[in-house]
Amino acid sequence: MSAPSAALPRSVARARNRVAEGVSPKRPWTFWVLAALFTAYVLALYGPMLCIYVLSLQDVRGGLVFPMKGLSLHWFIDLFTQVRTGDVKGGFERSIALALMVTVLTVVGSFLAGLAFRQRFKGDGVVFYLMIGSLVAPGLVLGIGVGLLFQYFGLQAAWYTSALGAHLSWTLPFGVLVMFAVMSRFDRSWEEAARDVGATRWQTIWLVVVPILAPGLLAVALFGFTLSYDEFSRTLQTSGPLNTLPLEIWSMTLNVTSPSLYALGTVTTIASFVIIGACLGTIALIQKRRAQRVAAH
Amino acid sequence: MTVNTNTRGWLYVSPLVLILIPFFVIPIIVVVIASFLEHDGFGGMLPHFTFANYAGIFSSELTLRLYFSTVKFAILTWIGTLVLGFWIAYFLVFHVRNQLLAIGLFLLCTIPFWTSNIIRMISWIPLLGKNGLINSALLSVGVIHQPLEFLLFSDFAVVVAYVHQLTIFMIVPIFNAMARIDKRTVEAALDAGASPLEIMRYIIVPLSKNGIALGSIFVLSIVMGDFFVVKVMSGGGSASVVSALFEDIAVLQYPPAAAAAVVLLLIVVIMIALILRTVDVRKEIAR
Repeated sequence: MSAPSAALPRSVARARNRVAEGVSPKRPWTFWVLAALFTAYVLALYGPMLCIYVLSLQDVRGGLVFPMKGLSLHWFIDLFTQVRTGDVKGGFERSIALALMVTVLTVVGSFLAGLAFRQRFKGDGVVFYLMIGSLVAPGLVLGIGVGLLFQYFGLQAAWYTSALGAHLSWTLPFGVLVMFAVMSRFDRSWEEAARDVGATRWQTIWLVVVPILAPGLLAVALFGFTLSYDEFSRTLQTSGPLNTLPLEIWSMTLNVTSPSLYALGTVTTIASFVIIGACLGTIALIQKRRAQRVAAH
Repeated sequence: MTVNTNTRGWLYVSPLVLILIPFFVIPIIVVVIASFLEHDGFGGMLPHFTFANYAGIFSSELTLRLYFSTVKFAILTWIGTLVLGFWIAYFLVFHVRNQLLAIGLFLLCTIPFWTSNIIRMISWIPLLGKNGLINSALLSVGVIHQPLEFLLFSDFAVVVAYVHQLTIFMIVPIFNAMARIDKRTVEAALDAGASPLEIMRYIIVPLSKNGIALGSIFVLSIVMGDFFVVKVMSGGGSASVVSALFEDIAVLQYPPAAAAAVVLLLIVVIMIALILRTVDVRKEIAR
C-alpha cells in the first residue's frame, strides 16, 4: 500500500512480455495464472457461506443440504423464539458488549505499546516475548488457567471480568503486532518537526501521531472487535454462567440440526458486515479528507 | 536520558503488562503447578507433588499419537496457507496495477475473516457432505458413481476447514511486507538482466520473510491450540491434543489435562522459537 508503486508495474510487464510473447501485449502469463488462483480462492471463500445464507431461507421443511425446500423466514423466527436453540439474543448482546470493551482497551493498549516498542528500553525483550507467548498459547489452556485462578481466589468467573481479560490476552498482542506494521511506515521526522515547532510530547502524540495513524488504529479496532466477537476457546472456561454468542453457536452445532443454525450464521454475518462497513467507511472518509486537504494546498 | 527512556517505555507498555500478568503469566503458572498435583478423581486436587500425570502422557501410545496428529494437521495447514497466502499476496501487490483495486481485492479476502469462524466451518457441510453439492455435481457429470465419503468428516475436511479459515493470517502479513518492497529494486534487477525467478528468489522472498514468519506463527499456534475444527470436521474420527484435554476438563480431571497442556505448550514454544530464530520480528519496528 506504500506510495512508490505507480512507476513500476508497467516496466515489469514490459520485461515479462519479452519472455511471454503472444499473450496480451500488457499482461504477463503469470498474471492470468495468479488471477485464476485468486478467483478460485475468493469463490472458495464466499461459496460455502453463500450456501448457508441461501439455505437459511428455507421454509419449515428445510434440511441441512441442498436442494432448497421452499422460501421463508421460518428459521429466523425459530431462532429467536424457540427455547431449544438457547439464549441466542442474550448471547448476541453479551458478545457485542464484550467485543466493544475489548476493542477500546485493545486500541489504547496496543497504541501505547506500539509507541513504547519504537525504542529500546530495559526489559523490552521480556515484554515482547511475554506478548508472543500470550499470542501463541493455546486458548483453552489459558482459559483453564484463568478459570482455576478465579476458582482459587473464590471469584465468580463472568464474561465481563475473566472472559474480558482472557480475550485481551489475545487481542492485545495481536493489536501490538498490527501496530508494529503500522508504525514501521510512520516517518519519525513528522514527530521531530512537531517538536521543533514547540509541541509537547503529548501534543505531538495527540495532534500528530494519532491522526496520522488513525487508519491503522481503526484496523486494530476491527481486529480487536472481530477476534473477541468470534473467540471461542478462551471463552469456554472463563465466561461464567452466561454464554457469549460463539458458545451459543457451539452448543447449537451439538444439538440443533435444523436450518436455525444457518439462520444464526446469516444473522451474525450481517452484524459483522455492519461493523466492517462502518470501519472501512470511516477509513475511506479519513483518506478522502486527507486527499482533499493535500489538493487544497 | 537513559532512565527517562526506560521509564517512558515501561509507562507506555504498562497497560499491556497489566493484562499479560494476571491473564497470561499467572494462569500459565497455575496450569504448570496443577500438572504436578494429584487428583482425587472428583474434580479436587490434592497438594501432593507427582510426576504421574506426565508419566501418563509418555507411556500412552494413544496420547503420543494425538500429539503426532496435531503436529501433522499443523504442518499440512501451514503448507496450504503459505502457498495460497504467498501467491495471493504477490498477485495483489505486484500484478494488480490499480492501487485502489488492489486494496479492494485485499479487503474482499479479509471480509469473511471478520465473520464467525464456527459458522464458516459449518458452511462446508452443505458442500462436502455425502449429499452435498460437490458430490451431487460429480455424480451428475458422471465422474464418480457413488458419493465420495472422504470429503466430509475426514482429515481432508479438517485441513480444508483450517486452510479456509487461516489463509488470511498469511495473506495480511505477507501483503504488508511485500507492499513495502521498493518497486525500484525490482526494476533495477530487471534492468540488470535478472530473470523473474531470480527476482523472486533474491528480492521478493527475502524481503517478505518477516511477513511469512509472522503468518506462520499465527497459523501454527492457532492450529495447535484448536479443538473445535478437528472435533466437528473429522466427525469424531480424529482428535487433537486440545480436544482430548477438553474431554479431561469435562470430567474435571484437571491435573492430567494440565500436564497435557504443558507438553503442548512446550511443543508450540519450540516451533515458535525456531521461527523467531530465522527472523527478527522486532526489527520490523526498530529500524
